[in-house]
Amino acid sequence: MTRLLRAPVAIAAPAMLAAVVAIVPLVYLFDASLSRGVENAIREIFLARTATLVLRTLLLTFIVTVACAVVGTINAWLVVRSSLPLRPMWLMLLAMPLAIPTYLSAFAWVSWIPTMSGFLGASIVLTLASYPYVMLPVAAMLRGADPMLEDVARSLGASAPSALIRVTLRQIAPAIWAGSLLVALYVVSDFGAVAAMRLETFTWVIYGAYRAGFNPTRAATLALVLVAMALLLIVLERHFRSRVTQRLGAGTARSTVRRTTLTLVAPALVVALTSIGFGIGVPLVSSIRWTREASATTDWSAVFTTIMSSFWIGFLTGLATLLLALPVGILIARFKGRLADVTEGAVFVTHSLPGIVVALSVVYLGINLVRPLYQQVPLLVFGQVIIFLPLVVGAVRTSIEQSRLALEDVSRSLGVSRMATVFRVTIPLAIPGIAAGGALAVLGAMKELPTTLILRPTEVETLATSIWKYSVVSDFGAVGPYAVSLMLLAALPTALLSHVAVVKVAR
Amino acid sequence: MTRQHLSRRTVLAIVGLFAPIALISACSSSTTDTTSDTAAPATTDAPTDIDVRGETITIYSGRSEALMESLFAQFTADTGVNVEVRYGDSGELAALLLTEGNKSPADIFFSQDAGALGAIESAGLLTALPADVIDAVDSKFRSTSGAWVATSGRARTLVYNPELVPTPPASLDALLDPQWKGKIGYAPSNASWQSFVTALRLTRGDDGARAWLTGLAANQPVAYEKNGVVRDAVNAGEVAMGLINHYYLYELISKVGADKVVAKNHYFKDGDAGSLVNVAGVGVLASSKKSAAALVFVRYLLSVAGQSYFAGRTFEYPMVPGVIPFVSLPTLAELNPPAVDLADLKSLEETQELLVEVGLLTR
Repeated sequence: MTRLLRAPVAIAAPAMLAAVVAIVPLVYLFDASLSRGVENAIREIFLARTATLVLRTLLLTFIVTVACAVVGTINAWLVVRSSLPLRPMWLMLLAMPLAIPTYLSAFAWVSWIPTMSGFLGASIVLTLASYPYVMLPVAAMLRGADPMLEDVARSLGASAPSALIRVTLRQIAPAIWAGSLLVALYVVSDFGAVAAMRLETFTWVIYGAYRAGFNPTRAATLALVLVAMALLLIVLERHFRSRVTQRLGAGTARSTVRRTTLTLVAPALVVALTSIGFGIGVPLVSSIRWTREASATTDWSAVFTTIMSSFWIGFLTGLATLLLALPVGILIARFKGRLADVTEGAVFVTHSLPGIVVALSVVYLGINLVRPLYQQVPLLVFGQVIIFLPLVVGAVRTSIEQSRLALEDVSRSLGVSRMATVFRVTIPLAIPGIAAGGALAVLGAMKELPTTLILRPTEVETLATSIWKYSVVSDFGAVGPYAVSLMLLAALPTALLSHVAVVKVAR
Repeated sequence: MTRQHLSRRTVLAIVGLFAPIALISACSSSTTDTTSDTAAPATTDAPTDIDVRGETITIYSGRSEALMESLFAQFTADTGVNVEVRYGDSGELAALLLTEGNKSPADIFFSQDAGALGAIESAGLLTALPADVIDAVDSKFRSTSGAWVATSGRARTLVYNPELVPTPPASLDALLDPQWKGKIGYAPSNASWQSFVTALRLTRGDDGARAWLTGLAANQPVAYEKNGVVRDAVNAGEVAMGLINHYYLYELISKVGADKVVAKNHYFKDGDAGSLVNVAGVGVLASSKKSAAALVFVRYLLSVAGQSYFAGRTFEYPMVPGVIPFVSLPTLAELNPPAVDLADLKSLEETQELLVEVGLLTR
């Protein structure tokens, strides 16, 4: 399936541009961390406590990633393969935790059960917030995977659970690995959940270096450790994904829904109901309760203004991210090779960095190179693009890898140039993945807080900054309307995502 | 303790928060009897020789929008100087200023604590303030080089419920007595609590601080999310006492009325870390091209109008003699705060490590 082809310049050049954009934070980190000399940087990294924090962060990452892989896969199987009624509605509900920022859900949990704070609480909140990153690509792949193989296994005497694990699970393994990588990188970078849960992880210490130590040099040096963790995760994922057998033939189009027994569906249903109830129920109920405390004094016109700015910033970010992600996705799905590997690594590595680090790198770039754009919307969008590029690249890549290569070969054999084939065949076939990727970036930008706080134009408020503004003074009555608005607004791209995730891939 | 008892008149005044200036001035020992001239600093009559009306200054504010918004609006109304405000966490804004360097669009850094100002000052990003501005504030509450001044202060206190604890413990060390086991509330992630522990490290040394914290941990203090929650728990009798800042009590009184508040503040007044007075402060960026207008802002914060705002709206300590606290509080001198250079409170990271080590920060 894999063929080594030289990528056309029209694909390679913009993909390389995307890689350059993505490594802006790395350039800044090296410059900032080495500003007090190499010895100082090495000393900071090899402090005794660093080892403990690395281990704790990796343990949290491992537990959350495994939990997301399991929960995400079970939920995907339930909504694609089982005979459960109303499956599209279930999928949409199961995707909804994506609409809720971790800082909100973690706070909702600790204000409900204060004793939850700590490792357990952070694991639960991060799992509930991140399993859709596994569920969506797995659902898409299950929808596209040939169910015939499972039937063959059954006809050869395998039990239903055995066929499921030995055949189907192998078919969807690439999607599980790809989703898990995104989850793992996100967990490494998250601050919202661990701060509310008072769990001391690496991001906690990085934020501490800014907020309590007033020492950006130390923060930058510590962030390099996260970069190292990210590289490790990327290499691991690539290793395991490459060992998975990719689909060989296209198979024939057929219904992917299997008649399923209650013994298989019942446990999956328990997982799904738990995901929905705790993933969206807890934060939604808290936010509505806060809103009801406040309704008398809420300035709804201010809420509406912030909804509009969140919408526009989200929309622009989605569009810009998509434009950069598309060539990268095509490059790594269709033109495998060293260039594709390096570009993919560059795009994914910054996903492990906390928002404030990305924001300061854009400040550093913006104030020195494009002063007139500093603290303007274009630079804010630029910062958000760096953060959400990997999500969109992942969605585009998965979608292209699933479409039939033979169709592109036919196009080429009819004398159509490689570039024209990309535009006329590859991209149209990958439209569901492209739409899903765009929706993920829109969604991410709407929820994003730390980068927005630093890069936004002075006095522009988004829903996320408004939530922050009132929560720092513990005015939860005022937080409520913004929190509810954010969840409702973010529900729109989430609904789109869950819809396109299972649109049948054209063959 | 009768000092903290609020008279009916004070309570009424607190409730009428938004029209307090005349009242405050009346209560104030200052001879200033006019509020129309609020732009004039309380302590100097140096005239502004450049007309700055209509100029717009950019403020990076580590103090929250909810509390500062109306002060800034009042400043613009009184001086004609417009403001653009970028709100954020004080430490993150300090990191932003350090990254921007001398190209920063900011004219003013208004910080929640002295440590962030100290970091900006050491990077050479603040300009020296004129002598009259510096001299307006007690030398304990300003930068030694004159690059920033405190604008308001907050005292550490032991809030207690007199129904549960008729006589509160007399000192920090008395809190370690086993009779208070499980009866002390605190907010482990709160910055003021961590500043207090930093002051403890600075006064007693790391080993002394570790010994006290280990003793406190043995007394099983009750952790709450925020200072306000500690206060509510004490007032409700859920926990007997709490280590918080002084103004939380008055926020509650202004919200629900004095008759619904049983909790009281106890001040240790013994020169120990428990009597720490921490400050918010302000400095002018050296890169500012509008330093005249920026200075008008600094002077305004130190004027009767500015200082009265902090006294009346946030119940903090005014920093300029002549403006007295809105509620009856011990004077700054009576509080007898520890001899700590406030800029040294920036060693918060080591404090957090110590808190983790003794098991009082994370679980």
